[in-house]
Amino acid sequence: MNDFMLTLFLPLIVLAAGILISALAFAEEPVPPSIAQSILDLGDTNRELQEESVFALEKSGDPDVLPVLEALRGGNLNIWMEADGKRRIVMSGDAVDLEDGTQVLPLFEAYGGKPILDAQGKQIQVIEENLEGIRLGRRMRIKLTPMLDRLRLFSREAAIRESAATKVGLTGFAEALPILEQALNKEKNPWVRSALEEALGLIQLSDENPSIRKKAAENLGRIHALNAVAMLEERIQANDAGESEETDIAVKAAITEAIQKIEAWSVWTRTVETIFSGISLSSILLLVALGLAITFGLMGVINMAHGELMMLGAYATYIIQEFFVAYMPSDVRDLYFILAIPLAFGIAALFGLLLEKFIIRKLYGRPLETLLATWGISLVLQQGVRQIFGAANVDVASPAWLSGGLRVANGIQFPYNRLFIIALSIMSVLSVYLLVLRSPIGLKIRAVTQNRQMSACMGITTERVDAWTFALGAGLAGMAGAALTLIGNVGPDLGQNYIVDSFLVVVTGGVGKIAGTVGAAFGIGGINKILEPGLGAIYAKVAILLIVILFLQKKPSGLFPAKGRNIDL
Amino acid sequence: MNLLPPSDSVFYLSNFNLNTAGKYMAYAILALGIDLLWGYTGILSLGQGIFFGLGAYCMGMHLMLSIGGDGAYQSDLPDFMVWNQVKTLPLFWKPFSSFTFSMIAVVAVPACVALVFGFLTFRSRIKGVYFSIITQALALTFWLLFNQNSLNLGGTNGLTDFKKILGYPLGEISTQRALFVITGICLILSFILCRWITNSCLGKVLIAIRDNEGRIRFSGYSASRYKLFVFVISAALAGLAGALYVPQVGIITPGQIGVLPSIEMIVWVAVGGRGTLVGALLGAIGVNWARSFLTSNYPDLWLYFLGALFIGVVLYFPKGMWEVSGKLKKVLRSRFKKKRLKEKQLV
Amino acid sequence: MAMKKDEEINIEETSQSGMDRRKFLKLSGTGALGLAASGLIGGLGFSSIARAAEGKGPIKVGILHSLSGTMAISEVSLRDVVLMAIDEINAAGGVMGRKLEPVVVDPASNWDLFAEKGKELLLKEKVAVTFGCWTSVSRKSVLPVYEKNNGLLFYPVQYEGEECSRNVFYTGAAVNQQAIPAVEYLMSKDGGSYKKFYLLGTDYVYPRTTNKILRAMLLAKGVPAKNIKEEYTPFHHQDYQTIVQKIKAFSRGGGATVISTINGDSNVPFYKEFSNQGLTSGDVPIMAFSVAEDELRGMDTSSLVGHLAAWNYYQSVKTPQNKKFVSAFKAYCEKNKLPGGKSRVTDDPIEAAYFGVYLWKQAVEKAKTTDVDAVRKAAYGQEFLAPGGKVMLDKRNHHTHKPVLIGEILKNGQFDVIWKSKGLVAPDPWSEYTSPDKGCDWVDHKGTYKKA
Repeated sequence: MNDFMLTLFLPLIVLAAGILISALAFAEEPVPPSIAQSILDLGDTNRELQEESVFALEKSGDPDVLPVLEALRGGNLNIWMEADGKRRIVMSGDAVDLEDGTQVLPLFEAYGGKPILDAQGKQIQVIEENLEGIRLGRRMRIKLTPMLDRLRLFSREAAIRESAATKVGLTGFAEALPILEQALNKEKNPWVRSALEEALGLIQLSDENPSIRKKAAENLGRIHALNAVAMLEERIQANDAGESEETDIAVKAAITEAIQKIEAWSVWTRTVETIFSGISLSSILLLVALGLAITFGLMGVINMAHGELMMLGAYATYIIQEFFVAYMPSDVRDLYFILAIPLAFGIAALFGLLLEKFIIRKLYGRPLETLLATWGISLVLQQGVRQIFGAANVDVASPAWLSGGLRVANGIQFPYNRLFIIALSIMSVLSVYLLVLRSPIGLKIRAVTQNRQMSACMGITTERVDAWTFALGAGLAGMAGAALTLIGNVGPDLGQNYIVDSFLVVVTGGVGKIAGTVGAAFGIGGINKILEPGLGAIYAKVAILLIVILFLQKKPSGLFPAKGRNIDL
Repeated sequence: MNLLPPSDSVFYLSNFNLNTAGKYMAYAILALGIDLLWGYTGILSLGQGIFFGLGAYCMGMHLMLSIGGDGAYQSDLPDFMVWNQVKTLPLFWKPFSSFTFSMIAVVAVPACVALVFGFLTFRSRIKGVYFSIITQALALTFWLLFNQNSLNLGGTNGLTDFKKILGYPLGEISTQRALFVITGICLILSFILCRWITNSCLGKVLIAIRDNEGRIRFSGYSASRYKLFVFVISAALAGLAGALYVPQVGIITPGQIGVLPSIEMIVWVAVGGRGTLVGALLGAIGVNWARSFLTSNYPDLWLYFLGALFIGVVLYFPKGMWEVSGKLKKVLRSRFKKKRLKEKQLV
Repeated sequence: MAMKKDEEINIEETSQSGMDRRKFLKLSGTGALGLAASGLIGGLGFSSIARAAEGKGPIKVGILHSLSGTMAISEVSLRDVVLMAIDEINAAGGVMGRKLEPVVVDPASNWDLFAEKGKELLLKEKVAVTFGCWTSVSRKSVLPVYEKNNGLLFYPVQYEGEECSRNVFYTGAAVNQQAIPAVEYLMSKDGGSYKKFYLLGTDYVYPRTTNKILRAMLLAKGVPAKNIKEEYTPFHHQDYQTIVQKIKAFSRGGGATVISTINGDSNVPFYKEFSNQGLTSGDVPIMAFSVAEDELRGMDTSSLVGHLAAWNYYQSVKTPQNKKFVSAFKAYCEKNKLPGGKSRVTDDPIEAAYFGVYLWKQAVEKAKTTDVDAVRKAAYGQEFLAPGGKVMLDKRNHHTHKPVLIGEILKNGQFDVIWKSKGLVAPDPWSEYTSPDKGCDWVDHKGTYKKA
């Protein structure tokens, strides 16, 4: 099991380390003198000079000019008198409260955005009165907004370039064409390229030349420009007089074809998205139900405190995060999550051991009683956590390397946190499978579950096997809890949100069969996500329950019933 | 029980205590139903809150409609419909303006839901813990549904601000007193009904199902029919309890339907003693009294106490307190007998 | 407005009126001497309490905020700030030379208990005024009590309007002082000329009523119905995958924005999913009406940064009196060892609760009595220099004229004000879009009236 964990986490550790290194390796760049002068001129009281320098900055084509102009637009660009009386243009950051209640602003270089340090190497912070904010005239403010969009086309960050391209395209000014083409020639990132092409196409749609319009429509169809549908439809839509904006028949045909192409693509993206969210929900269900499949399926113990074991795992994650925030350097803080998963497993497993020893052991063979007793435990655990950590949810920040998502196609992005949970649940199922069906311990577990007396006679310490099996189920719950911090809230009633669902999965899957649990998780998750867009979250859930009840009519013992002749099964 | 003692007697109940006692008695009716189902037949339903809620909502809907134009918006519609942009009274609300219909519905609606659900589950021989889990899922589903504003049942806020019942103002102590007496009578009648069921031949079959369902089936009884019957009866009792609860407490929200209240009802019976009707009755009253006491005096302790009750009863008193007291009596009696015997011998 | 959680409604205590509760406590305190005896004692105790609101002694002031249960997270701060205001007033000599004596009760986030506790404050404690409530449900539940007993309630939270009670003063915003200007801003050139609106909320009174008004307004402004989507999720909803996908599809072609009345703990999963699926505040901004500084405290704000909110006040408002107010509140929390201490923040409802106390004080001083009817009349048109700037009670109804501010969420849980209304916005309890024929006037009419 542990080796398995390592093989999963090794790439993650490498990835996180890579991110760190790249973040640290910032190259020093000197300020080009012409830009330095233009920036200084921004602070001039002469409006003409101010405007000129804004345009000069735009023309420079330097990607580092963008933050300067953005700060100018946002009112964060200031004139600052240095101790020696030198005028300097600086950027101010978010206000910070000092111990004595005064508010100070940290200062950054206008160009490059590096913190301005004093002789001791500490960032300089000044009170607001010591800065003179640079204000723009209204005329300039209006000009600045589209200018910023154009400049963003050359930003260092692909996401900013892309969103700027989309924006420029949707505003549809023909003047932007040359700059878009220039950007397209330079661009290497495929997503940004497609956004730029889309923008070009959108603008060219209203070109005077029909052949360019036709070409534009074809291009938009080719790149599946999802943003273009509305505008394409507008062009061929007939008004009351039966005339449409587009008069050329060939162009019209091209537009219709493009719309069809894009619509077909959008059906495809919707399907992919639904499938992905179905898989994601299923993997979550699988992860929360897996531990239960062991305790309930193999041991016949109804553990209503299963949800609370998940909650303990989530709180364990919280504690580790707090520990990292308090005692670890800030650049390794995000690695807390890697440690959190095995620790959550351990804490919940330990708790499971205690639970088994003191309560559940006394109730073997009395499932309804176990249900009630474990429900009591869940209440006590919830209230305990509420008293220790407070009734409010605690804040578990997802590590940065699990934020954002993986772009798979235009318009489709798979969130990393969900991908991570899918990977974790696949891995957990595999490990459980190997452990139960392919290991000597698993052999003992299966022996005890099949025939306790016989196993005892064969020299298996059944009590110990029970305890370890239960601990394994509890540990899996804890691990699920740690994973759930990525997508939801962490609070005392975290477990309550999942307990009913996870039992439903196990019952539907058929007790004692891991394959059944997997099948049921994917069935329930998938159907849920297929129904949800139409029915809404709640009615989809209601429908699922009805489907499960009807399904159990056909197969009362679940997807994969245990074979046997016992009438009480 | 002496229902209307004079005001100087020890049993005199003030308005608040009257209300509370009335509520406990309503709970006791529900507990009788659970006992019939769980204690006698061995079916653990974790969804009794649904039936309680259905009965309560039927009653609540009637009371809502009898507010008329006295609400905050001075509209004939219930207040929550006004802010939910409902312009006309939904069709399913209409019959509830009739008191007779509502009274039938409080029992019939939960009974019908139980009939359909029970038919489906018992037919496919879903039993034991599977039945418990499915009913729990059902409780969750109903809770989610009743929280939906689009269902036109008041959403999270539920039904409240009732003014009158059959023209009598609910705030008046005389009305409350009458309700208390009615609840008492209903409790006695329910008790007699359950008593009759358990003492009859039918009751014996139920117990046999609990002890060994397979054997009963092989003896030619249709176990699922008996189970369905007792499930419907217990649902009807729960609905009745809900209907009596609403006018005395003055509000019904989805909070009463969910998973937690449903399982709390089980603990009343478990503590009191399943398989004995008196035990269930006393359990409902006792646990709820403890709850009132603890939530107002030591709010943090209540959940610990409830949790400990669950664990303690299951581990140490599986037959409940009633049996413990019975045993205690027996022990004392036998001691006493022995003593007398000894004395006799000595003489 | 904001309801955090409410499935934990505790029906147990519903029928305990102030007097009954007292009896009950007495009973448990003195040991079971029998119900009758304790009932008698309780009854005597009840009738022997003098009307403290009159005469020369301190003036009793009720505070009706949940200190336990699910709403405590938000409401405790309001209690703290009201107590702070009372301390300030007492330190400056009280009201008409009389000290204020706060009576704090805990309705425990239980809607039904609110009515009972309100009764207790009015009938038993005989408070001159009550500051309290957060959720619309709790307000609706105490309303009959205050109207029947002619009490006075200052309600500090933005709400859905459509109410014109004689006994409630609303120091929070009506819909036209928060939601409508916010949407108008988004439609304006400066705000981004958005054309498509996804109205997403939690399923209860405030979002439903607000969205009803917003929809009417958008339609009136010529937004086609197909560009407005409305959707509700239950409390504590966690899985926003499908909804974010819907928003993504809706926003194609640009010009789309989300108007969020999502409440409480659903916000974190929603914003997280939103950014993880590749939507940004630049493309599709979310305008929220239920996310303030106090809620952002203890939330992972990273995925909220850049999105918008509309309020009437932010901690970051730059006025001298706000600087003083913020540091005074932090100092107060630290001095009284309240949880959070110095790291506590102020926000819109906290400010509204604070200046509510002062508005009441001014009205009492003008009326020269604490009598509810006299105070009510004296209150009309009262002005006060609140931390966020001047505010004024309406001259004809019980709502407050306030400035409207739109802020962008920053990483540290504070807001950067990006738009401010010109001057104060007059309250409109009955929205011109949904109830154009209704007005609220307590001077020439009796509350809600039909406009000619």
